[in-house]
Amino acid sequence: MWWPSACSGCRGVEDQVRFAFTEQQLELRGAVRQVLARECTVADLRAMALGDRHGGAGRTHERWSVLAELGATGLLVPQAHGGLGLGELELVGVLEEAGWAGLPEPLLESAGLAAPLMAAADAASNGGAGSVLGRFLEKVAAGEVVATVGGIDVTSAGLVTTTTPSPEVTQGTVVTPRVTGASVAGVALVALNLPGAGWQLHLVEADPDGVTTTPSIDPTRDLGTLEWSPWPHTLIASGERAEAMLSDLADRAALFSAAQLLGLTERMITMAADYAKERRQFGKPIGSFQAVKHHLANARVALEFARPTTYRAADSIARDLADRSAHASMAKAMASDAADLAARVALQVHGAIGYTWECDLQLWMKRAWVLSAAWGDAPTHRSRVLSHAMAAAAER
Amino acid sequence: MDLTFSPAQEAFRTEARAWLEAHVPAPGTLASLDTAEGFEQHRAWERTMFEDRWSVVSWPAQYGGRDVGIFEWLIFEEEYYRAGGPRRVSQNGVFLLAPTMFEHATPAQKARYLPPMAAGDEIWCQGWSEPDAGSDLAGIRSRATPNASGDGWVLDGQKTWCSRGAFAEWCFGIFRTDPGAERHRGLTYFLVPMDAPGVTVRPISQLDGETGFAEVFFEGVEVADDQILGSVGEGWTVAMSTAGSERGLSLRSPARYSEAAGRLIDLYAARADGDGPQAGRIADDVARAYIDAEAYKLHTYWTASKVADGHSVGPEASCNKIFWSETDLAIHTAALQLLGPEAELLDPDPSGEGQAQPGPWLDGYLFALAGPIYAGTNEIQRNVVAERLLGLPRG
Repeated sequence: MWWPSACSGCRGVEDQVRFAFTEQQLELRGAVRQVLARECTVADLRAMALGDRHGGAGRTHERWSVLAELGATGLLVPQAHGGLGLGELELVGVLEEAGWAGLPEPLLESAGLAAPLMAAADAASNGGAGSVLGRFLEKVAAGEVVATVGGIDVTSAGLVTTTTPSPEVTQGTVVTPRVTGASVAGVALVALNLPGAGWQLHLVEADPDGVTTTPSIDPTRDLGTLEWSPWPHTLIASGERAEAMLSDLADRAALFSAAQLLGLTERMITMAADYAKERRQFGKPIGSFQAVKHHLANARVALEFARPTTYRAADSIARDLADRSAHASMAKAMASDAADLAARVALQVHGAIGYTWECDLQLWMKRAWVLSAAWGDAPTHRSRVLSHAMAAAAER
Repeated sequence: MDLTFSPAQEAFRTEARAWLEAHVPAPGTLASLDTAEGFEQHRAWERTMFEDRWSVVSWPAQYGGRDVGIFEWLIFEEEYYRAGGPRRVSQNGVFLLAPTMFEHATPAQKARYLPPMAAGDEIWCQGWSEPDAGSDLAGIRSRATPNASGDGWVLDGQKTWCSRGAFAEWCFGIFRTDPGAERHRGLTYFLVPMDAPGVTVRPISQLDGETGFAEVFFEGVEVADDQILGSVGEGWTVAMSTAGSERGLSLRSPARYSEAAGRLIDLYAARADGDGPQAGRIADDVARAYIDAEAYKLHTYWTASKVADGHSVGPEASCNKIFWSETDLAIHTAALQLLGPEAELLDPDPSGEGQAQPGPWLDGYLFALAGPIYAGTNEIQRNVVAERLLGLPRG
């Protein structure tokens, strides 16, 4: 758009407001897009969806290696531990691309959630490079170990643990359900809040005997239940400090799932628009009918406004602003709604074809369902935003 | 990425805030701008702002502005709504015609029209829609024909839904100059004084009973060549520049919705029945409206950064128009739900505090209801989004 005063003389000034990505941020994102176009094809995803998950583990390993070469796996890991030492803004772009590509591996959980949690715990314990956490961080950054998180959920009433005592009455054993990436993760950061124990955060190393795969509606999702034993040597934080770390985790989880949902949303809209240009009825492409156009336009509008909301949340978390939790919740609410709408609309535009197992749409649609509900759904996050706004209004 | 304003921008905000706090009329002191009395009161307010160079901050100083950039304009708007500034009676001129003039007007036209527009001495209305041409704007039939001496034009036809048309001094309108050309090509953009011989105005009462718009009849109205904006036959292009402002950045600054969303939170705090059967649903609606207002602000900042980096807005502007109009409705619908059976009351309870009372919310709701209709219906905008952003074929 034209502007009368064109702000001559203010461009290039360092302290000018600028709500946009830098060239370097866009380049990193572009590199991830290129690599995933090659390493995460629809054929790869279909192979996984057809039950070839373990047979396809080779591809998982390859994909993880190229992501590690780009630095994506250690994007938030401090440089002292071999990471890129970058921030949330960079990872948001990478995760949008992961959503676009339908990446099945737990990059969100490993690079976005577990790694910064480990780095925070390591920094708090003055661990240095020789500590257990430090060694894990280096392996996570290098892509040698996949990390994940579990045992925690976001509700409108606050954080709750999903970890419970084992029903098998094995003394001291607990069960943590619905852990993403359970079968590929070498290490998991797991929360619990058992009566008398308060909040605790444990570093749990992989034990193949302790993982039970949990089938999900999303056929490319690696979901499992962990059975494990909390010990003093697995404990990395407890009490208020654990709670504060988990609160940060919840903010990042809302932000990064929002980012991945943006990529999923854009892919679903693009697939449906492409189909609407090809499919003909009444002698014309169905995309020429307003009923179809308006469905897709509504989804496109939802995406358009979820984006800056997500980018602002990334900036607020990176800067540790006081409002960062509310900003992350706004992002997740907007992105979940956009993804739900896009999934619904894309299915409708595809018609009966979209309802078949054969249609690729399902791979993105089901991931969108899952991520929209994960880490607090849209109403949950709206309720968090409202509480925050009420508290701020009471202070005014 | 940096969302913090610079010290210079904060100083601009402080200056604007101080001026507005000292000058904005107290709530309820101005009559509605859609009445003859209120129109003149709002004109006087425009003059007050102009005298201290606050009426058109983004314009060059030679026309009464302050030469500030887009973020300063957004800051001014935030302060304007924060201070409870009156509705801008000069809106059609300042926010729609002026950007079009900066792009298409001759230096002489800018010198002639912009200063009195900034001062509120000349208020503009828009002459686009016709009884048979609304969404199908290119179907207009009002025509302009060369006059007998060949040094001007004669306008004939009828325009309608002209906001501020009942009291405005000038009208910017599109007329058909070449009936033989393809419908988008034979149009020309004219600037017409409302007191010209042959112009007849018939005010139309809106939903609130006030004459917010008018029908305007043109019968043999003589206009000179220098009252054409752009060139003959280029009216559609010039009009789309105006439409870009309507849908894009300049017509609806996010401050309007942020301010209303803040009041909605206050209303919710004052009125919400925490345990009532509707509580959960209303809470969700309130939160959604509040988040949407915030998202609109962020999207505007995003777009403003694009513009500051030298990029154009593009068809994303149509997303904008859909979103702000629906956000406005969402905010006011939630407010009326909180007011429940009191929502119908026209006059606030004089004993109560203004914010939690029905009157202003009802006004705002009626205003918001027009949003999805004017500036190109949201259905037209959805077509634009589908065709130009998603590449779907024209129907």
